[in-house]
Amino acid sequence: MAAAVLAGLFALALAGAASAAGPLKKAVLIPQWEPQAQFAGYYVALAKGFYAREGLDLTILRGGPGQPPSRLLRQGTAQFGTFFLATAIEERAAGLALVNLAQFVPHSTLLLIAKKADGIHVPADLDGRRVSLWGPEFRMAAQAFFRRNGVHVTVVPQGFTVDLFLRGGVAACSAMRYNEYHAIQNAGLDPEELTVFPMADHGLDLPEDGLYTLEETARNDPDLCRAMTRASIAGWRYAFDHPDEALDIVMSHVSAAHLPTNRMHQQWMLAQFKQAMTATGDPLGTLSRDRYEATARALRDAGLINAAPAYEAFHVPLP
Amino acid sequence: MSPSLDVRPSRGLAFRLAFCILTSATLIFTAAFAYYYRSSKDMILAGVRENAKNLLRGAVYRIEAPLSGIERIPLFLARSLGRELPPAEVLEQSLNDFLGTNPDVFGTAAAFEPGAFAGLPRFAPYYCRRGDAVVRVPLGYEDYYELENWYLIPKQLGRPVWSEPYFDEAGGDIVMTTYSVPIMRAENDKTTFLGVVTADVSLDWLRRQVAKISLYHSGYAFLISRGGTYVSHPDNRFLMRESIFSLAEASRSPQLRTIGRRMIQGEEGFARLPDFILGKPAWLAFAPMPVTGWSMGVIVPEDELFADLRKLGREVAILGGAGFTVLLLVIAFIAATITRPLSRLAATASQIARGNLDTPVPVGSGSDEVGALSRSFEQMRLALRDYIADLTATTKAKERLESELKIARNIQMSFLPKKFPPFPDIDAFSLHADLVPAWEVGGDLYDFFLISPGRLLVLVGDVSGKGVPAALFMAVTKTLVKGIAEQESDPAVILTKVNRELCVDNESMLFVTMFLGILDFATGELTFSNAGHNPPARIAPDGTVSWLALPRGLFLGVMEDSVYRTATVTLAPGEKLVAFTDGVTEAMNPGLELFGTTRLHDTLAQAAALSPQALDEAIMQAVNTFAGEAEQADDITVLTLLYHHADGA
Repeated sequence: MAAAVLAGLFALALAGAASAAGPLKKAVLIPQWEPQAQFAGYYVALAKGFYAREGLDLTILRGGPGQPPSRLLRQGTAQFGTFFLATAIEERAAGLALVNLAQFVPHSTLLLIAKKADGIHVPADLDGRRVSLWGPEFRMAAQAFFRRNGVHVTVVPQGFTVDLFLRGGVAACSAMRYNEYHAIQNAGLDPEELTVFPMADHGLDLPEDGLYTLEETARNDPDLCRAMTRASIAGWRYAFDHPDEALDIVMSHVSAAHLPTNRMHQQWMLAQFKQAMTATGDPLGTLSRDRYEATARALRDAGLINAAPAYEAFHVPLP
Repeated sequence: MSPSLDVRPSRGLAFRLAFCILTSATLIFTAAFAYYYRSSKDMILAGVRENAKNLLRGAVYRIEAPLSGIERIPLFLARSLGRELPPAEVLEQSLNDFLGTNPDVFGTAAAFEPGAFAGLPRFAPYYCRRGDAVVRVPLGYEDYYELENWYLIPKQLGRPVWSEPYFDEAGGDIVMTTYSVPIMRAENDKTTFLGVVTADVSLDWLRRQVAKISLYHSGYAFLISRGGTYVSHPDNRFLMRESIFSLAEASRSPQLRTIGRRMIQGEEGFARLPDFILGKPAWLAFAPMPVTGWSMGVIVPEDELFADLRKLGREVAILGGAGFTVLLLVIAFIAATITRPLSRLAATASQIARGNLDTPVPVGSGSDEVGALSRSFEQMRLALRDYIADLTATTKAKERLESELKIARNIQMSFLPKKFPPFPDIDAFSLHADLVPAWEVGGDLYDFFLISPGRLLVLVGDVSGKGVPAALFMAVTKTLVKGIAEQESDPAVILTKVNRELCVDNESMLFVTMFLGILDFATGELTFSNAGHNPPARIAPDGTVSWLALPRGLFLGVMEDSVYRTATVTLAPGEKLVAFTDGVTEAMNPGLELFGTTRLHDTLAQAAALSPQALDEAIMQAVNTFAGEAEQADDITVLTLLYHHADGA
């Protein structure tokens, strides 16, 4: 059903754009994770025909841990991908020539969450505990946080859920405010029972989601990139203005992917993204030089990269 | 006629009676019924609670028994692998056999830490069912399986775990749960984690099991995982997507969230569900599933729970309604039998109040209060009627009497000389008389006239009896005296003759007392006689008061042959003679004391110097003052004669 609706919308968009601007250019986007409201702007832009209006025949692949954007971009399966800023800089340092087309989340929404029942109220209470953390680019902020507070923890790899934390296997776990924080609440823990350390306040405020392509693509087909960026920004704006419709669109992708999530969770996620993306100071889509350089410095300090490209080379300004 | 006397319809009383009784009965019935209903509900709930608890325990056991059976092989495999890692082919055969001999298991894997198995960077053979066959399939995430919960959690917790349910894409979009046992090698007091052995269980059979459980008609069972996610639910859309907490959040129901928390914390319980779950009131019984750490709930719709009670309640309500109808009819009947005579009585009373005393009061045969009231009312009506008849007669009689008395008074007063001074040409004496008739006309009389030149006759009398007969008798007596005095000049003779005349045909047996004197005002000689009258007073010119000595004589009109004698005194110039009737001396005050001769004596002494008219007025005044408010019972007569001088003296 949802697929049929999508196909219909798609056809409509195709027809409208085709009549306006001739044949559509094919392009593929790979989000960095499974379908969820984190990518609402792209799904909405697709469903509302914003890409088609820009002359784009866009396909959004299903993301997930087995489909890293870095690989798909490298293979040429996808022309566009989403990355956390730190991940993108790291990938670029490792040889993948990513350029930032638009920075959508200018702040860190990463949290460390613990249970008050375990006696954790202030950062010092984490000393000597087991803490589960995601991969290297997620660890920088947490480790800066531990350093700053002088605590020593046992780091445990964190999987794709917070089950280990819920079962008491670790005293604290990583969490995105828009996802795991709500998932924990959705597993029966009340916010009052949790101690939350936002990394933006305690550790490093690293920008997160952005839209990327390869330097090569940006050079060869700047129009394509501009079209992609414009339509995506329009999609995000539309999603924030029409959250219910946006959720319907997100849920159609979620259902198609058989994901164990629900509308309430996606609603929370969309609301969190709106809050993170519409904060004052950072116009939607822009990456400030300060934020870029602070992130690059943090990566260098953590020993994850040796050198970072110039801001101008990394961030392709909007048309 | 004032409206308040109008008779209101008797329905007022009947209605009030019916209303009060019915209201009270309804209240009592409702209270009793509510109590009964509530208690029954509690009892039923307690029963259902027990029933649901047993049902749940049974269901949990049935569902988990195979799961705990499944646990054995991975436990065995993990232990043997911990002791010694076999060659890959042997391990793979073991996995294959495990699956081949355990139809409840959907898939099995052994996954190892990097480098742990034959130095391979990663090694995770996975076998699962494809139709009837057991095949080795790739996991689909060989390069990061160590981040999957089925691997990570037993590794970190160091003990076997049942995973949260998940969609397995490699196995073909089946919801499953995985039992993972860590492979631990103990060497020199050091335990090393090598990997895990897993058994996947499809939740389809589990869901089918749970779907079979039901209580009542529309009740159903469901499973939630440790995190509150629906593992089994009649609505497939909920599975793996919604959790009891997301439902609570979507419905803004802290109540449901609380229930969810109790469930995932492993409580066993029975709780009232928010209405939105079933769209109607419902209850939830829940019990923990010890093997998986999940929780099973059974929803029982309240209306079905209480269907029998409701049916019974309806029947009781219908019976009650019928009972009330009968009660209403009975009350209406009783009220009518009470109020019908009452309203008739009220109508009659209204007639009587209008003055129609001839309307008979309907007297029921009943011996109740209304009958008694009717009878009393009838007696009252009769008494009133008689009383009014009596009153009418009495009033008539009184009116007649009053007119008679008026006549009598007219007779009496018309016979008395009332011109004063009577003889203005004669200055030898002064004379004044006064008579105040009593209400009932006493029959007093006085008279004076000249019987010859130089001789004045005076008399004061008192007829016994009252009213017209007395007045007429007085008139007769006065006429007789006047007539006889023309022929006779001796007082005794006059009285004797008058007596004789009065005694003739005196059937009414009236009599009269009289003092009769004849004054020769040339000489001052007074001859006088007495017929049972009280002695007059003499007031000497110096003011001395004395009583005139009277000859004895019986009152007139009693004995034909009574003898009267004449006496004589000579009045000195300036001397007064005061004759009076017993109305003066026997006047009574409110204290029933008589005025008496002593008071009269005193009055006369005080008034001795006054003229006859003033003296009479003084006496009258004294008597009046003495009597006060007391009604005057008898006529009061005073006659005063003042002798001035002898002729030519």
